[in-house]
This record gives sequence, C-alpha cells and structure tokens, in this order.
Amino acid sequence: MSVMFSWRRLLVWAATAAVMIVAPLVFTQGFAVSMLSQMGIAIIFALSYNMLLGQTGMLSFGHAVYFGLGAFFSAHALNAIGAGTFGWPVSLLPLIGGVAGLVFGVIFGYVTTKHSGTPFAMISLGIAEMVAACSLMFPSFFGGEGGISTDRVVGEAVMGITFGPSLQVYYLIAAWCFVCMIAMFALTQTPLGRMANAVRDNPERARFVGYNPTRVRFLMLSLAGFFAGIAGALEVINFELITAERLGTVASGNVLLMAFIGGIGHFYGPIIGAVLVTFLQSALSNYTQAWLLYFGLFFLVMILFAPGGIASLITLHKPVVQTRMLGRLALPYVAAAASAAVLMLGLVALVEMLYHIETKAEQVGTVMSLFGRQLDAATAQPWIVAAIILIAGGGLLAFVGRFVRSAWNDVTVAANQAKGA
Amino acid sequence: MVKSWLRAALIGAVAALAFAGPASAQGVLKIAYLEGLSGPFGNVGEVGLRHLQFAAERINEKGGVLGQKIEVVPFDTKTSPQEAQLVFKQLVDQGIRYMMQGNGSAVALALSEAMGKHNARNPDQTVLYMNYGAVDPALTNDKCNFYHFRFDADVDMKMQAMTNYMAAQKGIAKVYLINQDYSFGQSVAKAARAMLTQKRPDIQIVGDDLHPLGKVKDFAPYVAKIKASGADAVVTGNWGNDVALLIKAAKDAGLTADFYTYYAGGLGTPPVIGEAGVGHLKQVTVFHSNIGGSGTVANVEAYRKRFPDSKDDFYWTSIMNAMTMLTMAMEKVKSTDPTKVAPALEGLKIDTITGEVTMRADNHQAVQPIFISTFSKTNGKDVKFDVERTGFGFKTDARIEAKDTVLPTTCKFQRPKG
Amino acid sequence: MEFFLVTLLNSLSYGLLLFMLSSGLTLIFSMMGVLNFAHASFYMLGAYFAYQTSRYVGFWPALVIAPLAVAALGALTERYGLRTVHKYGHVAELLFTFGLAYTIEEVVHLIWGRAPVPYRIPEILEFSAFSIYSTQYPAYRVFMMLVSVAMLVGLYLVLTRSRIGMIIQASLTHPDMVQALGHNVPRVFMLVFAGGAALAGLAGVIGGNAFVTDPGMAVSVGTIVFVVVVFGGMGSLAGAFIASLIIGAVQTFSVAFDYSLLTLFGSIGIKVNPDSGWMELWKVTIAQAAPVLPYLLMVAMLIVRPKGLMGTREG
Repeated sequence: MSVMFSWRRLLVWAATAAVMIVAPLVFTQGFAVSMLSQMGIAIIFALSYNMLLGQTGMLSFGHAVYFGLGAFFSAHALNAIGAGTFGWPVSLLPLIGGVAGLVFGVIFGYVTTKHSGTPFAMISLGIAEMVAACSLMFPSFFGGEGGISTDRVVGEAVMGITFGPSLQVYYLIAAWCFVCMIAMFALTQTPLGRMANAVRDNPERARFVGYNPTRVRFLMLSLAGFFAGIAGALEVINFELITAERLGTVASGNVLLMAFIGGIGHFYGPIIGAVLVTFLQSALSNYTQAWLLYFGLFFLVMILFAPGGIASLITLHKPVVQTRMLGRLALPYVAAAASAAVLMLGLVALVEMLYHIETKAEQVGTVMSLFGRQLDAATAQPWIVAAIILIAGGGLLAFVGRFVRSAWNDVTVAANQAKGA
Repeated sequence: MVKSWLRAALIGAVAALAFAGPASAQGVLKIAYLEGLSGPFGNVGEVGLRHLQFAAERINEKGGVLGQKIEVVPFDTKTSPQEAQLVFKQLVDQGIRYMMQGNGSAVALALSEAMGKHNARNPDQTVLYMNYGAVDPALTNDKCNFYHFRFDADVDMKMQAMTNYMAAQKGIAKVYLINQDYSFGQSVAKAARAMLTQKRPDIQIVGDDLHPLGKVKDFAPYVAKIKASGADAVVTGNWGNDVALLIKAAKDAGLTADFYTYYAGGLGTPPVIGEAGVGHLKQVTVFHSNIGGSGTVANVEAYRKRFPDSKDDFYWTSIMNAMTMLTMAMEKVKSTDPTKVAPALEGLKIDTITGEVTMRADNHQAVQPIFISTFSKTNGKDVKFDVERTGFGFKTDARIEAKDTVLPTTCKFQRPKG
Repeated sequence: MEFFLVTLLNSLSYGLLLFMLSSGLTLIFSMMGVLNFAHASFYMLGAYFAYQTSRYVGFWPALVIAPLAVAALGALTERYGLRTVHKYGHVAELLFTFGLAYTIEEVVHLIWGRAPVPYRIPEILEFSAFSIYSTQYPAYRVFMMLVSVAMLVGLYLVLTRSRIGMIIQASLTHPDMVQALGHNVPRVFMLVFAGGAALAGLAGVIGGNAFVTDPGMAVSVGTIVFVVVVFGGMGSLAGAFIASLIIGAVQTFSVAFDYSLLTLFGSIGIKVNPDSGWMELWKVTIAQAAPVLPYLLMVAMLIVRPKGLMGTREG
C-alpha cells in the first residue's frame, strides 16, 4: 500500500460510510438495529485487538480487560453525568472509556510487554484472570453480578438528539466506528505502525536498526487499550448496562476468534470477522443449541486450512479475478462446495440428532425435523444414513480437493504469467 | 474491501430479517422462556423449560386459557445480561407479551430494567415478566417494576426462615459463614449475621469467609479453618460445585457441623455430594419432593412419567404457580392484555400443594410457606423420593408458614394510569 | 499446630497435583515450543474417560486405561493437527490448541451432559488414613500423593536413564543443538506430546474424583497451571516442581489469614475513613484474596525476574 493519497482509497472509505448510513434504513426492526450497533462495537474492538496480534505479533488472551475497564469507567461517568455532578456530553463518552483503557494499557503493558510470543500470551491470560477475579470482589465499582446499569438519556437534547431511540445510538456508534477505523488505519501508515510490523517479523533486526521492541510493543498495547476502551464505552451506551463477564476471558477469547476468522494479516480482516461472528452468534443460536460446537469446529477448520482468515482468501483471488481467470476455477469450486455441503449435511445431522436426544427428546419426543424432514432419532436408520453421508462427503471432498489444488496451481501460474506479460 | 464488507453485512442483515419473523398466529398465547440454553448452564435452563412445558400441557389439556392454547417459545440468553436484552428485543419484535425467566439475578435485573424502559416507551406493546427463581431482593424492593412478578421466595425471606429455624435449635452456639465472593454471597453473609445476632444474641459468629466464585478447587483448607474455629453450624449461599466440594471436603476431614444451604439440592449437586452430605446437609426451599401430601406425590410422579430419561425432578413449583395465577388472572379480566392482567394478579390467592400462595400487591412478591430439609437416604416413608436418582432425598425438618416469611419492602413502583 | 499440619499436608497434595499437570505442559513447551492450551482439557478428558471406564471395569484398570486413551488422543492431535499448522508458526499452533480446548468442552457437553458426573473415589480407599489430633486425613489424599510421587520418580528415571529421555533433556537446554544432531524427528514430538497428555490425563483420573468431574474443570485449573509454568520459568521442570509446591502452599495457607490492609493500617496507627470508597479494597483479607494471589505472585515474579524462578531462556 502506498502512503500517498489515492482516489481509490477515498472511494473505499466513502462507500464504507455509505453502507453504515444506509444499513439501518434497510433493516428497520428493533433487533436488526441493535445487531448492527453490536457489529459496530465489535468492529472497533476487533480492529484494536488486531493492532496487537496482526500488526505487532502479540497474542493476547486478555484484551477484554481494557474493553471492560473502559466500559466500567464510562458507566460510572455516565451515571455521574446523569446525577449532574459531572458535565460531559454523552456523545463524547467514548473518550472517557478510551482514556481508561489507555491508562490500564499503560499499567498492564508495562508488566507484560517485556515479553513476547508465548510468555506474553500466558501473562496476558494471567492478568485477565486476575482482573476478572477482582471484578467480583469489589461490587461497589463493578456492581457485582448485576453489573452497573445506567441511563443514556441524560442532559439536554442537542438538536433533538437524546440517544433514547436505538437508531440514534446506532448512528453514534457508526460515527465512532468510522472515526476509529480511519484512526487505526492511519496508525498502520505511521512510523510506529511500520515499526510494529518489524517487531512482529523480526524483533532482533528491529533492535539492530535502533528500535526498542519492548517500547514498540508497549506503545501498541497502550493504544490498543485506548481503542478497546472506546468500544467498551459504546457498549455501555448501547446496552445501558455493563457486567463483569464483559472483561472475562470468554470475552477475550471471542475477540480473538473475530480477528482470526476475519484474517489478521489484513487491515480489513477483523472487520469481516467482527460482522460475521456477531451475526453468527446471534443467528446460529436461534437455530441450534449446538452452535458453540459448530463455532469451535469452524475455527479449527479455519486454522488448519485457511490460517490467514477470510481476508487472505479474498486477497489470494485478487490476481485471479484481475486476469479474468476465475471462470477456470468455477467448476472445481462448485464441485468442492457440493462435496463440502454433503460432508456438512452428514455432520450437522449427526450433531443435531445427538443434541436432540440429549436435551429435547423428552419434551417433544424423539421425532424431530431436520432439513425439513421428519425423522425418528431413536431408530438406527437416520444415524446410519447420516454416517454414510458424512463419510461419502469426506471421501468426495478429499477426492475433489486434489482437482481444486491442481486447478488452483494452474490458474495462479497462468495469472502470474499474464501479469508478467 | 468494500465489496466484501458490504456483502457480509447484507447477507447478515437479510438473514436477520428472515429469522425475526412477525407476529403470532390467532388462538395461541405465546410465552417466551428466556434462559441460557447453551453453554455451561444450559442444563439448568433445560430443567425450567421442562417445567414450563409440563405446566403449559396441563393448561392446554383443560382447553387452554380463554380458548387459546399456550405455546412455549424458548430463547437462549446464554446466561448473559447483554444477550438477554437482545433476546428481549426479539420477542417484542415477534409480538410476544409474556416472558418467564429465573436463572441468575444479573439477567433478571437487566431484563426487568429493559422491560421497564420498553413498557414506558411503548405502552401499546406492554410486556409482563414472570420471575420463577431469580432471588435478588432488589427485584421486589429498590429495583421493583410493576410488570415484574416473582414467584420464588427471595434471599432475605429464605434467610428469615432459615434463621427462625436455627434460633430454635438450642445446640447451636457457634456459627461459621462461608460464601462466594460476589453480590449474592455477600448479601447472604450480611443477612445471616444481622438476623442471627438479632434472634439469638448468644450465638457467636466464629468465622466469615468469602472465596472467589467457582475458582476454589480444594476446599480442604477452608474446612481445616472451620474445624479450628469449633463451629457447630455453617451457613452458606454457595451453589454448584462450590457447595458440593465444600461438603465433600468436610466429610473427608470428619467435620460434623450442620450445613445450612440455599442450593444443596441444585441441579447436579446431589450426585457429586452423595453419601458425604447425609444427615447434616440442610437446605431452605419453597418446595422439595418429600413435603408430603397427595398433590405432591401426584406431581412428582407425573413429572417423572412425562420426562422419564431426565434425571431431574419436579422442583419448580414457582413455575406451576406462575402459570396457574396467570390463567386465573386472564380468566378474571377476560383478556390477555398484560395491562389488564397485571393488576388482576395483585392480591391473587391460590391453593397449591405447598399451601396457600398469595401475590403481594405492594411489591409483586409471592408469599408462600418455606421448608427446611435435610439430605437423607431414601426410606420409602418420609423420604419417599430421591433427587436426580441418587438414592438420597430431602427430609422435612420444619415448615415455616407463609406469614412468618413476610418482610417489609422499599418498593415504590409506578402504577400505570387508568 | 493441628491446623498447621493438616494444611501442610493439603498444600503438599495440591502442589503435587499441580506438578502433574505442569510437568506435561513444560515438557511439551520445552520440546516443541508449543504452549498447549488444551492441556487442561486433557486433564478433563482423563477424568471423564476414567469415569466411563470405571463404570465397566472398576477404578484400578481405569487408572491405566484412561491416561493411555488420553495419550492416544494427544498423539492424534499432534499428528493431524499441530503438525499441519506447524508451518504457520507458533501463534497458529497456540490458536489451534485454543480452538481445540473450546471444541473439547463442547464435545464433553454433548457426550456427558453439562452437569457433573458421579465419578467417585473407589470404596477401598474411602477411609481415613490417620488422624492428626481430631482431624481425619482421608486415605485417598495419601493415595494421590503416592501416585504423584511415583510419577515424579518415573519421569525422572525416563528422563535420565532412557535414550529418548536424554534427547528430551538435551532439548530442554540446547534445543538448537538437538535439532542439528538430527534428533528432532516428528516421532519424538508425537511421543512427547502424547506423554504430556498422558500425565495430564493421569492427573485427571486421580483429581476428577477427589474434586469434581464436570465440563468446567478444564477452565478452572487451566490458568493456574499456566501461572505455575511462568512462575517456575518456562521450560524448566525443576522450576515447575518448586513453583507447583509454592503455589499450592500459597493457595492453601493464605486461607488461614484473616488480615487485611485495614489490619495493617490499624497496627501502624493509620486511621481510615470508613465511608471512603476505597474501604472495599482495604477490607479484603488475605484469605479472601487467596485464589488471586498466584496471579499477583506471577506478576511480581515477572517484574523482579522475567525469566521466572528457574528459567534459562525467555520464550
């Protein structure tokens, strides 16, 4: 990427802004709007996480600490605003969260960034556990299990904006999300951003050229804490509630999943991941109780076969699309998708039947509907059929996979030649 | 970049539209059941769902309510307050006006608050909330809400019953408090100390420990400390593994003190405790399977017959009572509109298998008898039913009458006008 | 005195259990550079496998079968999972084990349900071994200690007396040299991984019934084991041993101390305003903070000595 101003980049940002503005006008239901709001928050959080993992190579298992602490400080600030003891516009509340995140980023960063790699990961986990354990011990600040609840409709309405209706909240989140996206992108273009990449790729060499890797890591962690805190404050405005579970290790693991599934090697990867994961977590859980399992398997498959995430898959196909050779991949891809679908069908059928037997069989009987079909999970037949489908799908996929690979090799060679020519 | 972003967002939103389908069919009364149905507490949510199903089926057998069949619609809150708020939006989108929840006061507080804001902003879509087990006193005191009704007894009411019983036990001289270090555990410790010192000033509180929630693997050091203190009764609000491990460690060290608990009979706990709890593990509940009476036996047996493979038992009388009271109130006002049903629930009295249950009008808390019982081996007589097919059940020590559990309230909710 | 002796024994048995877990983690980390996030999941699987097998064949065969089954799973994990992601670097390996831990928990939910399973200690060991004054000491705890010590001796013998042990040991201190000598064959990796998993599985077999066997047991020990390994020094078995005993003792003994900062202020004559917002912090006793102490210790260790107690290299 060039540092220079480019019309193309401007266009990309403008289009992003347009999507954010139009989205809630298309999906007007209360639930859809609140999901869009959540996606906006998740995008900031995932991008801030990727400042560590993708850009500086620091695998953190405790990033939700900064999110959560930022959220708690802004919740208290919001309550103080409501009580009239603290004058501050609600729309700028995320700054308070950000500063809180920054302060804790500085404190914990000082301890943790002396290490890199695996020790850093473990220490971040230890600190996350410590903060999570403390959060239950001090109910006056963390509100115990009920958390701290607030009211975002405080102060005088500015131009009719009270932040009562969720649409107004969405636009506030979208605005902050957009600003944070630009800020975090700009950061990647600064010398600090470049140094972070150097520290990630080769800390020794970074040291030789005169940069202190520890300081670079420290700065990146503090800044990531700042953005995470902003996301936390937006969460407070969105839900008018923050509980201690939001700074726990599960939340930290979640943001890791988002960034990784989206793709940590590209700036826009975590954005895809945040949108996709937020959506899946809401949508899948409506359809199946086994969503956590599917989610885990999805994650494992991604690591095994696409460690660059969705973003890298897109990038890989860029030259192919540019040289108009996507058509040559169409057939193998369709075949692979079909056999993967067969495999999934078998797997999902087995898992769903297991879950049905385990949890639902007694309320509604062993007869269940699966893919629009009625079947009795107490009989052997559907199990055998599902197992056969699973094995057949697996075999097919292994078989088709070879063709996909060779087609891919052919196409990339051809694409490179076409580009070189 | 834009393309992919847009595509992901569009696909997501289209699907969101698809599953959030609109209003209900005619002739069906939908009741949303909000509970964690996946993740670590999924099994607890399932138990309540079975009870609600059980209650709904009984009402439907008799022709439903006002000619409408009851349909239970489960929603997964993932036991998270934030998720519960999202789910609440969903059920409102779907036109559901009644919801039930009971696991976790954090979720309950969030839901009550979200419902309060929603009802105030959208009076034509008023939602009514039946709480069958979230026991934070705040829900019917400082943070009460006109459309929130609680059918279980709260922490303080149970503590009142427990300390009434303890005060009558002459053998108790030294009491040890051990609780989980979070709002519930801390309030149990506080209430126990206050009520015990008031009712029996001669009782010595010899220890007051708070340990982190669900983090202690080995309770042996705590037990060593309890033993060193010479306590002859231990009061704990611990639930789940925190109570099971405590009892096991006590048994290992040969500690003979009585344990007064809230949740010894909680799902999954008795199988872990097993033999270790027999004789000195007590619980305070609004129901257990061996309170006696033909109604109890019939219910417990009917539940076992209905759900033969589940290891859980008929437990949530609060769900049964909630559904009975709801249908009575609806029939009384001949309407399923929550704004009419809610006032009709106030002061409602019903006869149940545990005795008379009354819905208080001033804070919407159900008042009912409370039982103290001891973990014992089943003997076919006063310990007829075991819990979770363990061979152990609870034996009633005392029944605290409803009137003795009533506590003053600080609740001042806003009544809807008209 | 009674309290002290009982607590000392308790801390020893807990510390030894921690070592059983941390030794496997340390071995795997030293050899392969992989921090196995799913290590505690193998501990959990050990307990569940033992529960399942003991229902058919009793506890004693399960004591052998369950760790072997876990070892087999460990070998499969290494062969078909870690080896595939190895080329993507350590972060991918770590994430793979993270995803694996996540998935294993869900699979356990699916197979054994979400409630604890009634995995009990064998009746033959259900008596009190001896009494210290008035406190009984359960035989099963003695048995746990015996198994731990036997494992410790066995591990020591394997590491110092066998050829594979020599290679493993060499790679603790000179990983590059071992690699250069051509020893770092994938088979050794697989064996070490399987061996580490087996140790965790064994800990699960004897810990699962002493405490509780439920799907949350992996999470509850997972992080504390990480603390032990960091505290003791990454890749040092001796460090892990000492750290296990120290952390075990700290967690067990701290329960006894009801002192808080308030007590300290009181004794040095500082008066604290009881309405102050910080009161909650001053009032926290050591006993109350017991389970947080290991993390505090770890952070303190990192500030004073970033390598950890006996560590020789920094990750």
